[in-house]
Amino acid sequence: MTTMASPLRRSRNLAAGLVLLALLLVAVALASLAVGARPIPVGEVIDALLHPEVTGTNATILRELRLPRTLLGLLVGAAIGLAGAIMQGVTRNPLADPGLLGIDAGAALLVVLGITIFGLTSLPAYVWLAFLGAALATALVYAVASLGREGATPVKLALSGAAVTAACGSVITSILMTNATTLDAFRFWQVGSLAGRSFDILIGVAPFLVVGIALAMITGRLLDAMALGDDIARGLGQRVMLSRMVAAVTWIILAGGATAAVGPIGFVGLTVPHAARAITGPSYRWILPYTALLAPILLLSADILGRVLAPPGELQVGIVTAALGAPLFIALVRRRRLAEL
Amino acid sequence: MNTIPNPQDFIDIGADVAGIRGALARRRWLVIAGLSLLLVVTFGASMILGDYPMTINNVLRSLASPFTGDTQKGIDFIVLGLRLPRSLVAILAGMAFGLSGTLFQTVLRNPLASPDIIGISAGAGTAAVAAILLLHWGGGLLAMAALAGALLTALLIYLLAWHQGVSPYRVVLVGIGIAAIMAAIMSFLFTRARLVEVQQAVTWLTGSLNGVKMSDAIQLGAELLALGILLVPLSRAAGALELGDDKAQALGSRVERARFLLLGTGVALCALATAVTGPIAFVALMAGPVARLLLGPAPGAILPGALTGALVTLGADIVAQHLLLGVQLPVGVVTGGIGALFLIAMLVAANRTGRTA
Repeated sequence: MTTMASPLRRSRNLAAGLVLLALLLVAVALASLAVGARPIPVGEVIDALLHPEVTGTNATILRELRLPRTLLGLLVGAAIGLAGAIMQGVTRNPLADPGLLGIDAGAALLVVLGITIFGLTSLPAYVWLAFLGAALATALVYAVASLGREGATPVKLALSGAAVTAACGSVITSILMTNATTLDAFRFWQVGSLAGRSFDILIGVAPFLVVGIALAMITGRLLDAMALGDDIARGLGQRVMLSRMVAAVTWIILAGGATAAVGPIGFVGLTVPHAARAITGPSYRWILPYTALLAPILLLSADILGRVLAPPGELQVGIVTAALGAPLFIALVRRRRLAEL
Repeated sequence: MNTIPNPQDFIDIGADVAGIRGALARRRWLVIAGLSLLLVVTFGASMILGDYPMTINNVLRSLASPFTGDTQKGIDFIVLGLRLPRSLVAILAGMAFGLSGTLFQTVLRNPLASPDIIGISAGAGTAAVAAILLLHWGGGLLAMAALAGALLTALLIYLLAWHQGVSPYRVVLVGIGIAAIMAAIMSFLFTRARLVEVQQAVTWLTGSLNGVKMSDAIQLGAELLALGILLVPLSRAAGALELGDDKAQALGSRVERARFLLLGTGVALCALATAVTGPIAFVALMAGPVARLLLGPAPGAILPGALTGALVTLGADIVAQHLLLGVQLPVGVVTGGIGALFLIAMLVAANRTGRTA
């Protein structure tokens, strides 16, 4: 991109892009409230949202089902996307995402243990187990990677994440293979879905996600410095270890909270940051806000499509995001000159 | 400072470089010898241990019996009919996965870019899961489906990543896109199928050595040999590609051709082994990094990577058979655990000596 000439104009273009994406996100969120097995006209949607005294079947569906689902989609989408971007930035590896750095595996392991040992099968019960599992797994990944003098270098973080993921995977598979009841419950959790999440779940995880998103937004500068390599970052006066710790805590909150609420959604965290990078170039100060808007747009659009594609049932959002997003992603990767990590 | 350089200085530097190169080569051969020795010991253990324990003497006599005609009733069947094919397939499949992963990681210059992360195994898995759940296939047909799935997926990734040549970075990104689609298809099939068949699919996806036959071992051995011979002239190019496209080109490598051949070999190795055993978890991913940690700064991780893969798979199979009394776990359940411990141990050991991983 020929940006050297006018960095100011480039910044202005990128900022305009953000405004456009924000408008698009509002439109998608409204569509998510309106579309479903029982379509509700947009006028009625806005009316019911603005006037709490409006009652009726539509208003009930809207407030009890669609509103928590849409809000959760917004928060979770942004959270997963940002978590992926931060992980890729810290490990300087384009393959880093919640699925490879142990978060999803840790969450899945505790959910499987909860189903098997305590016979839990309700969504609220999964939430806190998954959160705990994600946090424990990340702590373990970080501890293994930071043993020794060098501390948690990018390569060691990536490898120890893969190792912890594999170890958790082993235990999960051996349980699933010997216990059909658990497999039956687990296969529906592991697709990742926004359906059936009530206000309780939203209220439970929302504080974490909001704090995580806010934290993520201020890590841009840290990630930009870390992208230069540990030595240069140190030379610029950055405390590399501290930055990594801050980033790791942020991604536990974001990815842990998101996976807890909706199950593992692989595609968004892995690819949306790359899509953002293809648009903005390599600076995380732009990648992060673009990711925060693009990811919920993708997640909510996929959720809406999932509701209408296969009536009378629904397709889980985890399936649609990949089926819808992956071709778009590949097209983007092919077209653009890539800003590598 | 315009002092005339002393010619002796250059000679000394030359001697140092030669000395370091010699030390690195020695270290590499030491690693290879150590891994081979461990592999032989583990092979011996895999023949001796079992529900019907036997002595080394029994095993050796039995192994020699096709030549000596010295038969031992019952023992020959267990050694030659059951344990030998199983151990051989474990070694060969482990080698194939280890080689495949190390090749991918070297050529794509990313320690995580193994065939199980960037979509090849997911392609094999999706084809196999569809064959089990929709067509109710098993056995040889299932193996063919997996093989076709892996090869077609690899071809698709390569074609989609082609844009005036194939950059490693683009292969990785297209690969994860394809892997995501495949994973979504599998999840979808899982939620729509009968539980019994889902169980069967999960077992296949784990990777197992149960019921492998001598013919499997011979077939896999021949394929591995052929692909290994193909690799010998390519291994130098692999080392050059690791330095980056520009440097490799400057060193005289035909970059695009070398990359195509190396990745193609890696795909074939992974696909052929997956067809026999299913995608044994984690072997392809961890073999390369472990070999590199053992080697330190010495180059040439491909052969040590293959040996590491074989060692982990064979060791994991022994554990899988004896971990739970009365239950034979599929080997893929244990490779994740064993491989993770191995990798973590290597990371810790590398840390202690102050080397960077």
